[in-house]
Amino acid sequence: MIQLTGITRIFHMGGQTIYALNRIDLEIQDGEYVAIMGPSGSGKSTLLNVIGLLDKPDSGSYRLDGKTVTDLSEAEQAQIRREKIGFVFQSFHLVPRLTAAENIELPLILSGLEPSERKLRVNDALRAFDLSDRATHRPSELSGGQRQRVAIARATIMQPTAILADEPTGNLDHQIGAEVIALLEHLHQTGTTLIVVTHDRELGDRAHRQLMLRDGKIITDKKHDAG
Amino acid sequence: MTLADTFHLSFKTVLSYRLRSVLIILAMTLGVAAVVVLTALGDGARKYVVNQFSSIGTNLLVVMPGRAETSGAFPGAVLGQTPRDLTLKDAQLLGRLPQVRRYAPLNVGEAELSATNRLREVTVLGSNADLIPIRHMKLAQGSFLKRGADYSAQIVLGSQLAREFFPNTPAIGQRVRLNERRFLVSGVLAPQGKTMGHNTDEIVIIPVEQAQSLFNTTSLFRILVEAKSHDAIEPAKQAILETLKQSHDGEEDITVITQDAVLATFDRILHALTLAVAGIAAISLIVAGILVMNVMLVAVNQRTSEIGLLKAIGAPAADIRFLFFAEAMWLSTAGAIFGFLLGQLGSLMLRLAYPDLPAWAPAWASIAGILVALITGILASILPANKAARLDAVQALSKK
Ligand SMILES: Nc1ncnc2c1ncn2[C@@H]1O[C@H](COP(=O)(O)OP(=O)(O)OP(=O)(O)O)[C@@H](O)[C@H]1O
Ligand SMILES: [Mg+2]
Repeated sequence: MIQLTGITRIFHMGGQTIYALNRIDLEIQDGEYVAIMGPSGSGKSTLLNVIGLLDKPDSGSYRLDGKTVTDLSEAEQAQIRREKIGFVFQSFHLVPRLTAAENIELPLILSGLEPSERKLRVNDALRAFDLSDRATHRPSELSGGQRQRVAIARATIMQPTAILADEPTGNLDHQIGAEVIALLEHLHQTGTTLIVVTHDRELGDRAHRQLMLRDGKIITDKKHDAG
Repeated sequence: MTLADTFHLSFKTVLSYRLRSVLIILAMTLGVAAVVVLTALGDGARKYVVNQFSSIGTNLLVVMPGRAETSGAFPGAVLGQTPRDLTLKDAQLLGRLPQVRRYAPLNVGEAELSATNRLREVTVLGSNADLIPIRHMKLAQGSFLKRGADYSAQIVLGSQLAREFFPNTPAIGQRVRLNERRFLVSGVLAPQGKTMGHNTDEIVIIPVEQAQSLFNTTSLFRILVEAKSHDAIEPAKQAILETLKQSHDGEEDITVITQDAVLATFDRILHALTLAVAGIAAISLIVAGILVMNVMLVAVNQRTSEIGLLKAIGAPAADIRFLFFAEAMWLSTAGAIFGFLLGQLGSLMLRLAYPDLPAWAPAWASIAGILVALITGILASILPANKAARLDAVQALSKK
């Protein structure tokens, strides 16, 4: 469970103070499907990064699964990212030197798993995301949809409790984007918390809960049941 | 992340930036090879000189007129004081000392050597029969200044002179003249080539008394003394100083240098030279280290978004730091190994080109070269590795 209380994130730009997040209070239960929407610059990415422990709030407290994580050490926060959170980015962020399989394997390497165990899990993931025949291809040899599938496979290989996706379809055409969303929603159906930042109204409506941000504040928080 | 995975992952990185890696490794290689080859050269020169100097005799002491200004090996006469000459009588006194095995008085000069239809200027040594064993010389034919009926007319020719003057007949028993004095060739030296700058193949040796009268002098240039053993060198030196002080009316006006001391001095100087050369070569390694640092900084810049990604998927700063360390270690280890091999190859070529020069890099130099390469490589990666580890994840991810 994600609990944010009074989270504020400030940026200073040329003498100006920007409240990217302004005293945000937010609670997200395990297994929810949340869309974060709002105009450009409203703080959507910043909110996602704070939830994913990539960014530190300037004030406020963040409890994850009942434990305050805001004052954890850098290494402890890294461990939480490794074990509980999977990021999916608009621009995929694959390592260009590594093959699809090696990219998917990275989180397993970081957590120090045995190579034999890693191989099993990577092969399972390749099959699950229909990438088996692309295993030895570099990102430059893959289509946009395939790249995002590799990125999602990488985000889920550690079986995180939450997937955080920042405009995952932003660089994909409509059809491929829909396939990627279907994949993410499938993961949600298996119990993973899914938080998606999107500009796309239609896409946002598919989520069971919509957060609308403006100027670092949540202005609406709508829930409707699945289906 | 395990150590093995860290090294494996960074090895892949080294492989995929091929040109960059090759250039860094090349710089490291050349630096280490320079250390190895230059120390091989320096140490080879040291061994060569020491060998040469050892080969001129064993437990050798050289007595020369005049006093050394310092206790060092090289004498200079004290200003305003004409030293008393060394004489044959002095030499004979030294021969009676218990620490002395044998001695050879020495006079040196130039004279014209002539035979039937040949004539040339040669270096003349005047000495006695013990010169040969003391100076580790060898006779090819005949005998050397043996006491006998014709003692005073005996002459020994250097091998080259014997070949020049008597190309078709045996030299032994032939008549030659030195500045109008008649001599009979009694022996020919074995070819030796140059030792310590003197070509013994082009000298003649005659009895010291003859040389004194030829050069119209009663003094000696040097007295060579061989001590009975290595331990007897110092006592012999003291005894010689004492004896000649008495014979020179209490005046300490001679200098005794020991082969040992000169050898030690040469050894020290050339060793210092080798060290200096190694140090200069090591500077090229520091330069290579700076290159590594620069290239790693560029790499951190290039891979900023990748570093952001690693952080996002849960790599702690320590892992990222160590990835860059490991990369620098691969590069500098490869440079060290290739440099060592190239240096050994270079030393081998030196030895092939100059068979007289024992150009082997001393172990300390090879080890130091390799260590300096590794250490500079690792030191050079500290700054870039820290920079990478400290990158802000969000900003790093947003960089294209
Ligand atoms: N590193 C930074 N330095 C200064 N200002 C920043 C920085 N990061 C974000 N901001 C500012 O914080 C505010 C929120 O940024 P954020 O990226 O969260 O917006 P967003 O809702 O994701 O926008 P978009 O839809 O364009 O991605 C913006 O005004 C942005 O300019
Ligand atoms: Mg954004």
